[in-house]
Amino acid sequence: MQQLPEIFPLILFYGWSGILIAAAVGVITARNPVHSVLLLVLCFVISAAIWLLLRAEFLAVALVLVYVGAVMVLLLFVVMMLDINVERMREGLTRYAPLGVVVGLLLAAQLSSVWWLRQSGLEIAAPEDSLVFEQGNTQALGTLLYTEHLYAFEIAGYILLLAIVGAITLTLRRRRGLRVQKVSEQVAVRPANRVRLVRMPAEKDE
Amino acid sequence: MIGLAHLLTLSTILFAIAVCGIFINRRSVILLLMCVELLLLAVNFNFIAFAYFLGDLAGQVFVFFILTVAAAEAAIGLAILVVLFRNRISVNVEEFSLLKG
Repeated sequence: MQQLPEIFPLILFYGWSGILIAAAVGVITARNPVHSVLLLVLCFVISAAIWLLLRAEFLAVALVLVYVGAVMVLLLFVVMMLDINVERMREGLTRYAPLGVVVGLLLAAQLSSVWWLRQSGLEIAAPEDSLVFEQGNTQALGTLLYTEHLYAFEIAGYILLLAIVGAITLTLRRRRGLRVQKVSEQVAVRPANRVRLVRMPAEKDE
Repeated sequence: MIGLAHLLTLSTILFAIAVCGIFINRRSVILLLMCVELLLLAVNFNFIAFAYFLGDLAGQVFVFFILTVAAAEAAIGLAILVVLFRNRISVNVEEFSLLKG
């Protein structure tokens, strides 16, 4: 099998990063919220591709299956269900856009200055096989998750349960005056509840 | 070969774009939620990058938990949003001032 050139992952990385940044800009500037959600889905898929380059195979698959497949679809449902007045949302867009850009640039400068200054001391060589395990990424991650981080894993399960209960409790709506069939009451009914025997004297025909 | 600086730069750019988005779309709750998702994605990039370059799988475990909590947050946030829309017929942040006191 022919070995791929060394530059190949770098080309992939630059291409995907360009698409990712363009999609992220699209998310925050799109006029239609549905377009924003779809561009966000593109962001997540491209991120999963970049994570594959970094040997995070399980997380890349989980991001596409769980996050794009469940969370983003839920977001899309909500966006399509609610009738949003886009024009009114866009009022005052230009008023705060300069401030947002300034804050974003400041933040980028600050964050990048940290790694730039630390780079002299933090010279990390790109490892060729740092995260390559004999049994594969998923099994290694699972072993770590079920042994060392077991309590955190269980707490994560409880958090998801809490989210389920919370979301259902918040959106459950009991309608008044709805005619529903209550099977338990129908089964438990007694003759006395339905029929009343009235004793009365027979009337004579005049 | 991809360097650590490449990934940290990408993550920083993504984070800054998301913060810009919070300022630009500060009226719509839905877009704010989407910007929070982008912020979390940028942070996850950092974790994945350091896990790769330090050869430590703990970073990926952290990303796993962040994804879990983000999913829970999105579910509850959207439920609150649906209830708010049902009561106010709007998702505009400026109309949600019931707790002003």
